[in-house]
Amino acid sequence: MAATAQDASAPLRGPEKKDEDREEDTEYSPFYGIEKGAVLQEARCFNDPHIDPRRCQQVITKLLYLICQGESLTKKEATDVFFSVTKLYQSKDANLRRMVYLVIKEVCPGSDEVIIITSSLMKDMNSKTELYRSNALRVLCSITDSQLLLQIERYLKQAVVDKSPVVASAVLTSALHLLAANTDLVKRWTNEIQEAVQSKNAMVQFHAVALLHALRSNDRLAVTKLVQSLTKPSGIMPGGVVRSPLAHCLLVRYVSQVIRESGATAGTGSEPRPFFDFLEGCLRHKSESVIFEAARAICNLKDVSTRELTPAITILQLFLSNNKPIVRFAAVRTLNKVAMTHPMAVTSCNIDMESLISDHNRSIATLAITTLLKTGNEASVERLIKQIGAFMSDIADEFKIVVVEAVQALCLKFPQKHRALMAFLSNVLREDGGFEYKKAIVDAILILIREIPEAKDSGLAHLCEFIEDCEFSYLASQILHLLGTEGPHSADPAKYIRFIYNRVILENATVRAAAVSSLAKFALAVEGLRPRVITLLQRALYDNDDEVRDRATLYLAELQAPAIKAPLAPWNIAPRNLEASLQTYLANGTDQPFNLASVPAAPAPKDKKDKDKRKQDVASPKKAPTAPSEYARALAAVPQLAGLGQLFRSSAVALLTEEETEYTVTLIKHVFPSAVVLQFNCTNTVAEQMLENVTVTVDLSEAEELEQGPLIPLTHMAYKEEGQTYTLLRREPGVLAGGKLEAVLHFKVKEIDPSTGEPEEEGYQDEYQLEDVELGPADYIKPVHLGNFRYEWEQLGEESEVADEYGLGSRDLQETVEAVIHTLGMQACEGTDAVPPNARSHTALLAGEFPGDVRALVRLSFGVDASRQVAMKVVVRSADDAVADAVHRIIQDG
Amino acid sequence: MEVDPTVPVVKNMLLLDSEGKRIAVKYFSKDWPTVTAQANYEKSVFAKTNRTNARGEAEITMFDDVIVVYKFVSDLMFFVTGSQDENELILATVLQAFFESVSLLLRGAVEKKTVLENLDLALLAIDEIIDGGLILETDAATVAGRVAMRGAEDGPATTEQTFSRAFASAKEQITRSLLK
Repeated sequence: MAATAQDASAPLRGPEKKDEDREEDTEYSPFYGIEKGAVLQEARCFNDPHIDPRRCQQVITKLLYLICQGESLTKKEATDVFFSVTKLYQSKDANLRRMVYLVIKEVCPGSDEVIIITSSLMKDMNSKTELYRSNALRVLCSITDSQLLLQIERYLKQAVVDKSPVVASAVLTSALHLLAANTDLVKRWTNEIQEAVQSKNAMVQFHAVALLHALRSNDRLAVTKLVQSLTKPSGIMPGGVVRSPLAHCLLVRYVSQVIRESGATAGTGSEPRPFFDFLEGCLRHKSESVIFEAARAICNLKDVSTRELTPAITILQLFLSNNKPIVRFAAVRTLNKVAMTHPMAVTSCNIDMESLISDHNRSIATLAITTLLKTGNEASVERLIKQIGAFMSDIADEFKIVVVEAVQALCLKFPQKHRALMAFLSNVLREDGGFEYKKAIVDAILILIREIPEAKDSGLAHLCEFIEDCEFSYLASQILHLLGTEGPHSADPAKYIRFIYNRVILENATVRAAAVSSLAKFALAVEGLRPRVITLLQRALYDNDDEVRDRATLYLAELQAPAIKAPLAPWNIAPRNLEASLQTYLANGTDQPFNLASVPAAPAPKDKKDKDKRKQDVASPKKAPTAPSEYARALAAVPQLAGLGQLFRSSAVALLTEEETEYTVTLIKHVFPSAVVLQFNCTNTVAEQMLENVTVTVDLSEAEELEQGPLIPLTHMAYKEEGQTYTLLRREPGVLAGGKLEAVLHFKVKEIDPSTGEPEEEGYQDEYQLEDVELGPADYIKPVHLGNFRYEWEQLGEESEVADEYGLGSRDLQETVEAVIHTLGMQACEGTDAVPPNARSHTALLAGEFPGDVRALVRLSFGVDASRQVAMKVVVRSADDAVADAVHRIIQDG
Repeated sequence: MEVDPTVPVVKNMLLLDSEGKRIAVKYFSKDWPTVTAQANYEKSVFAKTNRTNARGEAEITMFDDVIVVYKFVSDLMFFVTGSQDENELILATVLQAFFESVSLLLRGAVEKKTVLENLDLALLAIDEIIDGGLILETDAATVAGRVAMRGAEDGPATTEQTFSRAFASAKEQITRSLLK
């Protein structure tokens, strides 16, 4: 039984509740206290020689009621019911017969039993009464198999052109269901279906058009022909033969499919897209659903031009003030989507959109607001925020989250408006709300603080205020951690101390501990505050929580030590390694004190799950680590590779062998501050061999700046198992060493004895030529997110600029931009990776980082000339000239 | 059963009472394979809509990749669910056919008590509007006529049929008078 079933005895309800319900439930229900067993018993009346149609109808209804409430019949029960129901065919009562059709579809047990009812149904299929014919058809088609269909094909084919619409519709819809399994069968009816398309009945026409298209859906040319014939204006009907609104909607869908597949774009030429005038004509159809379908289709066209959009937008704008909520919703949802790609086209609807903010349907209001936030220009931000402020108090949390995300996006778009938007976020932060909602706001503020430097102070101040009265420990500790990292570098660090210390006094243990850590960071970074913070930390020594006391003790010891060793310097040991080392230490006896240096150092783990929750780094959702933490962990686990420092970047996986060869080898290049690690993933695809001691040597004759380091072999490589061997190459820090390295796979082959499945004792040494390993400057670039590109760009100054021009030949602008960004491996800033449709020129802003925290900023200017040749100007600014040159080298090589 | 993706498809039709409990439901899509999944879906639909006013005009909401159009009539809630890519106005047409045909069949007495007493009519109406997810008929009067098997009585009558015939023709007349 479904938990939402009527019956109070549904399993999800407790027994006490049941009694209560029963007492209150004075409502009369004909199904009160109904039970499956009893109903099945009653169903025996179907077998009576004198059928009482009314009674049988009631029993069937009861059965259907049970099924509807979520009760299920066992196979045997279903079979029994099915067989007794077939007896009801003796009755001539029409209403009973209708119920019989329905119940057969619900309880049909399987094809074995179906046979018993087929003949009766076939008789009905030839009945004079159209409703018998149609229902029998539907039942037959839903329960029979392909075999039987062949037998009744003649009748089905005939039914397609039946002059009664109910019969024709029944067989056409059934055919749509059967099509997948019986394509050939249905194909033979094409002439009849063509005839049905001309039907005067709207539904028959709809079903026929749908079926005709489904039959041709795999043949692009046939679909185009179909669309052509159906949209052609005929003498009597200027809109073509299709009258049914639903069929018209289908036609709109087919037309947009044809346009999409033809790849036709609005282009610059005067040639309009094929069929576009048809779509435009549909905007004047008398049925709202057709108008909307066409408007939506136009909005979804690839590379739609403003001229094409305008009529559709005008129609949708009219819909915005429709009195039906569904129409308003449909319009605002479509406009919202358009606003993502063509914000300017939607601005004309802004006035209507603003009136929708007070719409009683909250989905409509939220969509309206997010659309406005997308289309708003810089000047209207303040006014918009004021309107939303009033609206926020009376919508559900889930909608508020959508709004907060939209505000965050708006703020990143107009960094100058951060004051107003930050104030809005802090206002909503003060209001009541659930955890998810508060978290969305805090996340938004954190992202803004990171991306917009000017917003940092006000953002931190808002957060300080928030933790004064924050019921969520998780958020409070997250904010305290951020204050600890950001606060000491702000203009006036002292003002945060009071907020943080208040937490040490007033909060629960988790937050207190986070606050202690945060305080210590201030003391470390700001000399002037140190004595005062030490006093504050001393008070925490008497805390009643262990963790808080421990942290206070640790930090005090560090702070009061003669030379501060920066205990809070990045904790370079992966917790996993530490745990492993500690376990070994405990297992080997604890005579000697534990030496932290014995733990294999690892790059600072970026995986936040591993870290202590309270120290958790605030990871931005955008900042997906370019070097997945799995790599960092896997490399750290190899003892020979420990101590290389922090992993800077890992390349994508590249194949060094053809697929389907004896050995498959893929390569990942890891860049460390003073080394490059080549990770070779090797797979043995020969079942009869076991490979041992697998290494890869590279020829460094063409790359003088690299120095051979140790090879870390893979000891065993069994069939179908992937293993790693590493080759370490050392380089001077700051040198972007590269070149083409010849690579050879070395291994010892041992044949596997087919009788035992064990490798033989004796083996022989062998080698296998791999494709060359290419190491270029692009391997040393890591994309970085910049909040304010222009500011950083100005900071670097013109003197560091290196510019050059390139001709790229005839190419598509968007593709070119994507290709260059991909080649450089840098991050596009301010959304400049998207080229507006039909643009003749474009500027892309990219940011990247080389090892040693050297930033490189790139401005790419593209232009297309009359002969569609793309020219590109590349301007690179960087603190290091070598880096700027490297960027140009990448482009020359790419 | 896979149908051509361009054909509008209805995922389910629900008729719930004012507490969100099932009266008549029909699922056409495999998105909710178990009774529990269905019940959870009905619960969240109810939670998201029960405080809205969908008595005048039909309302709409969107969640979990589906669009739900709905209308409340006295102590009954009519819902029609489609995929989020579906044309909202087509779903609205189906919803209208749903509650109007039920209203015609119940002679305007659209309330939980009468629907339960005539549950067969409500189930048949669903069956006549949607066939396995495909829209079969959207004209409420036509649906009501087919549910009442109007026109089926013209065949050779037997004495056994007298009562049901009288019943059907009475129903038919009332339906007709409502349609005027």
